Amino acid sequence: MARQDGLYSALLAHGITRRDFLKFSAAMSAALALPASYAPRVAAAVAAAPRIPVIWLEGQDCAGNTEAFLRASHPTVAELVLDTLSVDYHETIMAAAGAQAEAARLGTMKQYPNGYIAVVEGSVPVADGGVYCTIGGKAFSQTVLEVCRGALVTIAVGSCAFDGGLPAAAGGPTGAIGAGHAVPGAKVINLPGCPMNVQNLTATIVHFLTFKAWPATDSMGRPLFAYGQLIHDQCERRAHFERGEYVLAWGDEAARNGWCLYKMGCKGPETYANCPTARFNDGTSWPVKSGHGCVGCTMPNFWDQMSPFYRRLPTVPPFANDVTADQVGLGLVAGVTALTGLHAAGSYVRKRRMDAEARAELAAVSAPIAPPTVPSPTAPDGRAEGRTDQ
Amino acid sequence: MTRIVVDPITRIEGHLRIEVEVANGVVSDAWSSGTMFRGLELILKGRDPRDAWVFAQRACGVCTTVHALASVRSVENALGLRIPRNARLVRNLIAGTQYVQDHVIHFYHLHALDWVDVVSALKADPAATATLAQSISDHPLSSAKYFKGVRDKLSTFVASGQLGPFANGYWGHPGYRLPPEANLLAVAHYLEALEWQRQVIRIHALLGSKNPHPQTYVVGGMALALDPNSTTALNARGLSEIAELIVEAQRFVDEVYIPDVLAVAGFYKDWAGIGKGIGNYMSYGEFPEDDSAQPSGFYLP
Repeated sequence: MARQDGLYSALLAHGITRRDFLKFSAAMSAALALPASYAPRVAAAVAAAPRIPVIWLEGQDCAGNTEAFLRASHPTVAELVLDTLSVDYHETIMAAAGAQAEAARLGTMKQYPNGYIAVVEGSVPVADGGVYCTIGGKAFSQTVLEVCRGALVTIAVGSCAFDGGLPAAAGGPTGAIGAGHAVPGAKVINLPGCPMNVQNLTATIVHFLTFKAWPATDSMGRPLFAYGQLIHDQCERRAHFERGEYVLAWGDEAARNGWCLYKMGCKGPETYANCPTARFNDGTSWPVKSGHGCVGCTMPNFWDQMSPFYRRLPTVPPFANDVTADQVGLGLVAGVTALTGLHAAGSYVRKRRMDAEARAELAAVSAPIAPPTVPSPTAPDGRAEGRTDQ
Repeated sequence: MTRIVVDPITRIEGHLRIEVEVANGVVSDAWSSGTMFRGLELILKGRDPRDAWVFAQRACGVCTTVHALASVRSVENALGLRIPRNARLVRNLIAGTQYVQDHVIHFYHLHALDWVDVVSALKADPAATATLAQSISDHPLSSAKYFKGVRDKLSTFVASGQLGPFANGYWGHPGYRLPPEANLLAVAHYLEALEWQRQVIRIHALLGSKNPHPQTYVVGGMALALDPNSTTALNARGLSEIAELIVEAQRFVDEVYIPDVLAVAGFYKDWAGIGKGIGNYMSYGEFPEDDSAQPSGFYLP
């Protein structure tokens, strides 16, 4: 049988019609904020593309980005992207184990030098010689170096691969860093988020297939098409912010009416990501739509910088819509970089202890959280069946 | 005596190394080690307990949400909070969806490749596969034409020479016991389940904003607003969408997952007697129907 070299022919083999394929190309053009006239070019580029081998590495991860990958919102095409990309190594889904698994990785590295995509999920621990993550008896930090240095590009999916993420938060003992730090000089595209939005991964790859170049990024390596604008400036609740209409307690009338979550701790005013427009799980929802504030998970060191998550931001600067993270955040970036360096050196001690303000807030919530008009849960059998609140 | 090391153990969340000693074809001793450490407990120390569930949820992205639920309950227990009834129902729906979706993913996408020989499926007769499928289930996708289509897709894939995640598998090993038709059936359902899991988990997005790692828990309840008449809260439309997804989830479990588990298990009955350890496991039960936090109040005690 003829070797299947192009996505389009592979799509046809999987029963995808030309019409479906053009719809996919149009959706990808939209995701990349390209004019509609680009859709045929996207279609042509994707159809002619050879299968690109992928080595998907998992370090200090939770497989959340793998799961996000499996939820890709263009179902049949996403399934296709799985085989079309030829995912040759991926611990969570691959059939082989042990030596056979490692042989698959080494085989791809040898067969396609500088011709495969390295995807890194999870952080890279470098403390104590890298003992906090070993695979096949080898420090993950070493494997990342070898794989990413020989790759066409490295795509760091999720916040842990971006800058160390959760394992790098204050108190973490493993010296966790992101893929970009772990492989100095490598071409790295960062798709932070906890997890990333898979639509941004698909669009990044399609951008490469269409233009033979990776998408433009900010100084932190995040594609501008996905991380170029503040959540606050794209938020469907923005009008309520402008009118001073805020949710003040979980379950209050303002919450039911979809008012602004700024006073409940939403980090949308300081967070760059396309969550409000891309949304998750086939465009179904995103945190603010579901009534919870943004936690800022696409931002550097968000576990420390954006927490406590329910404390409101002190001020919301009046950013214009077209201001990117680089323009407002050069100082911030420098600060974060300095902090990251200090943290790696083990001397960064964040003020994590709860202060008096936090204790007072906690004392307040220890009383029933529900709005005062709602009866307290005192039904005789403890079931509180008569309640109608949230 | 031979010592065999399998590292990494794949198709799990996390990193695992297994070493075994084999004498006369029988494992005489074995060691397992988790080879990755993050220190989540150390990172959590000293932080605002209202934030704890966000951190704890990241213990696992495959079994997402369950660590968030355990964490938020722990804080509520420590503070003596009782959550509103609707919050309890929303949490139960989220946990129940996870419970169903994760079983199916575990069976097809993680564990099945230990029992299902993907390459053997190429030898299957589509008509015999259809007969087998129809004998164990009323699932509508069961015609010979359908299975021929799946087999053709598979042979195109194999002929490409790039086996992707199926490369270097143990295909053809005598440990695989399913006949080619059962293997083809399982491959078809592997692909169907891939599509099914993506759809069903939209319940998490409707109730929890996204999956993995839903984000509507708060200590004391849920941030999700419920109002059948609202345009912005989870309204009648959202609820009916959830109801539809639940019906399809149940149909797939009844007509595909359970018949497949039983069919595969029939070929591996003796495996049930291998590797038993303590043989006695602790389970706390789940799906509270009241505020008692007692097993008597759990739907599944």
